[in-house]
Amino acid sequence: MPEVIEVIFEKYQRKPDQLIPILQNVQREFGYITPESVKHISRYLRISENQIFGVSSFYAQFRFTAPGRHSVKACLGTACHVRGGATLLEMLERELGISCGETTPDRRFDLERVACLGCCALSPVVQIDADIYSRMTVNKLSELLKQYE
Amino acid sequence: MNKLKKKITSAKKKWEGIENNKEPIVYIGAASCGRAAGALELIAETEKFIKENNISAKVIQVGCIGPCYLEPLVDIKMPGQPRVSYSNVNVRTLNNILKSQLLEGVPFIKAAIGNFGNSDFNGIPPFYELPMLKPQVRIVLRNCGLIDPEDIDQYLAMEGYQGLMNALQMSPEDVIGVVRQAGIRGRGGAGFPTFKKWTVCRNTPGEQKYLICNADEGDPGAFMNRSLIESDTHAVLEGMMIAGYAIGASKGIVYIRAEYPLAIERLRTAIKQMKEYGLFGKNILGSTFNFDITIKEGAGAFVCGEETALIASIEGKRGMPRSRPPFPAISGLFGCPTIINNVETLGTLPNILRNGAEWYNKFGKEGNRGTKTFSLVGKIRRTGLIEVQLGTTLREIIFDIGGGVQKPFKAIQTGGPSGGCLSEEFLDLAVDYESLASAGSIMGSGGLIIMDEDTCVVDVAKYFLDFTQKESCGKCIPCRVGTRHMVEILERITHGEGVPEDLLTLRTLGDTIKKGSLCGLGQTAPNPVLTTLRYFRNEYLEHIKDGLCRAVVCKDLIEYRVIKEKCTGCQSCVKACPTGAISGPRSEPHNLDKTKCIKCRSCYEVCRFEAIAGDAIVIRTAGKRS
Repeated sequence: MPEVIEVIFEKYQRKPDQLIPILQNVQREFGYITPESVKHISRYLRISENQIFGVSSFYAQFRFTAPGRHSVKACLGTACHVRGGATLLEMLERELGISCGETTPDRRFDLERVACLGCCALSPVVQIDADIYSRMTVNKLSELLKQYE
Repeated sequence: MNKLKKKITSAKKKWEGIENNKEPIVYIGAASCGRAAGALELIAETEKFIKENNISAKVIQVGCIGPCYLEPLVDIKMPGQPRVSYSNVNVRTLNNILKSQLLEGVPFIKAAIGNFGNSDFNGIPPFYELPMLKPQVRIVLRNCGLIDPEDIDQYLAMEGYQGLMNALQMSPEDVIGVVRQAGIRGRGGAGFPTFKKWTVCRNTPGEQKYLICNADEGDPGAFMNRSLIESDTHAVLEGMMIAGYAIGASKGIVYIRAEYPLAIERLRTAIKQMKEYGLFGKNILGSTFNFDITIKEGAGAFVCGEETALIASIEGKRGMPRSRPPFPAISGLFGCPTIINNVETLGTLPNILRNGAEWYNKFGKEGNRGTKTFSLVGKIRRTGLIEVQLGTTLREIIFDIGGGVQKPFKAIQTGGPSGGCLSEEFLDLAVDYESLASAGSIMGSGGLIIMDEDTCVVDVAKYFLDFTQKESCGKCIPCRVGTRHMVEILERITHGEGVPEDLLTLRTLGDTIKKGSLCGLGQTAPNPVLTTLRYFRNEYLEHIKDGLCRAVVCKDLIEYRVIKEKCTGCQSCVKACPTGAISGPRSEPHNLDKTKCIKCRSCYEVCRFEAIAGDAIVIRTAGKRS
């Protein structure tokens, strides 16, 4: 792991304003912000681990637990809410047996809520990995989950 | 500059080749929204079709033209014929369309929605005469959906970068003068005159100045900026350069949400092309103007749309706003004079510099010049991205452009979570900064959410408050604690446990939060509650006194029932129910055990969509005493 982190560091200058891009890159690489990587970043940028946790916990993008093989994101933007996004999220929580921000014990899915995916005209939408599924219903979604292993 | 002029000439020639095409061209709308509707599959399918039939044809990916309810859109331009647009295309209709157009050379009339000529073509009306398009005035969106955003030549052929060339021949002060005369105001929401901000920054001494493009479109229910960047990337970048030149900045930064991967990718591509065309770096187009652009990905915080929070975020800190003054125009990013403009403001600039302030003054009305884009979503027939002149009434937007609502209209929310919920009596309100403010709402960045009688306003108010409460950065106590308290009260009300005094408490809290918060988030967060309290007080009282939710949304106040006379006993709902609450043998009316029902809606959906089912499951508001 230290080698991977070193490669990431090479792309960024040793300046505090590079913290967020570095964290984003670390998350892309490992799937989440590992405690170990925070130590490395702290040494590289010469800012305290506290500060790094302070910044990373502020932003919704960063997660501190390992993600599942597939990430499910339920959109709860206004348009999706008006058209039943919350019901979809409840269904996901029930079907997967986890709540937002958690990963299923078999590591198959992790679940998150997002404020808006910007596809409001096709609401309600659910994102699984990189694909956005539009005009979802509880039953369509339940079928859809079966396609992901 | 001569080098660019040569490029423009060749770009125009290339465009003429597209206009007078010798081989068929298939355009597919592949912005994020089109992709969600299945555009990528259509592209693959088209390419397969072309290969299998051994024909020579071109496939061009374009951005979003606006009417999202018609997605995915496929346009086909045959040699010597106008471009014909097909809507709601799926793989099957696509094959029919391709067969008819590419093999037989005639339009597939059944699925055609419009043509891009000036008159009817084989009975297909002109696209811009469609009811959704006709009342619109497209300035910012003029290229969206028509050109390939990843091809700079197509943008150049559309007079792209002409605005920048005009600007570079003027002094920066004159550019500010043109913008002043044009009267454009910040399109990010607050409506501050653009030239004023610029003048302050211009007059502030400083070696390094920054121009930031604010593409942190965090409003849930708004996607104008995403669409513009994805569909006409260079327009935004050109606008940044004009603004940079005017204020004397040599560094531009696009601060964009990480949730918009396609927009980020297109920006990167566009910047690469600018480098090739001498539109980047030192001595741009032979002038003394230096400008480069970097992209900063946001990390998911709504409050970062606020100027000072955005700056903190770029500096690598927690995105918390600070008190102003000093305004960013005097001391912003890394302490340098900084101007932050919204995507749409920047996207408008090339048009103003190209056509002049007088031309721009023809649109809108005194004090509110120009056009504004809106994303029209919610319970409306024609959803999508629209652009209208400022001063257009809500009625025109909802009924003429949007085609009205299927069920009776209830309310419209303007300005996203910071805006207000307006009732029917405001339908004739003109959409401009001042009129919306006088009604207790705001223009905001331009999300319009339409609600019908199936939407519960208390639930919507709770939703918005819940959103702002979660996004509050926590710096100001009224915002941090107050919004939380308001959410708790609203939750009680939607659970049927509210008391009449709650309404007064909500108002007092709301007023305090507005007065006691530092930034726009807190100052506007209570708006949805305050406006719904004002215009929909009755619904709050119904929830509190009678335990009624007339829109049948609030879960604790509703129940599911099977209408025995209608039930065909098809058993679809029995299979769909996750808790086994519905039972009954085939062909006999089913029973629904209310103690087991978790109100998940699965049975309701099945009962509505399955052909054999009889629409027998209904959701009713229960009422406290029933």
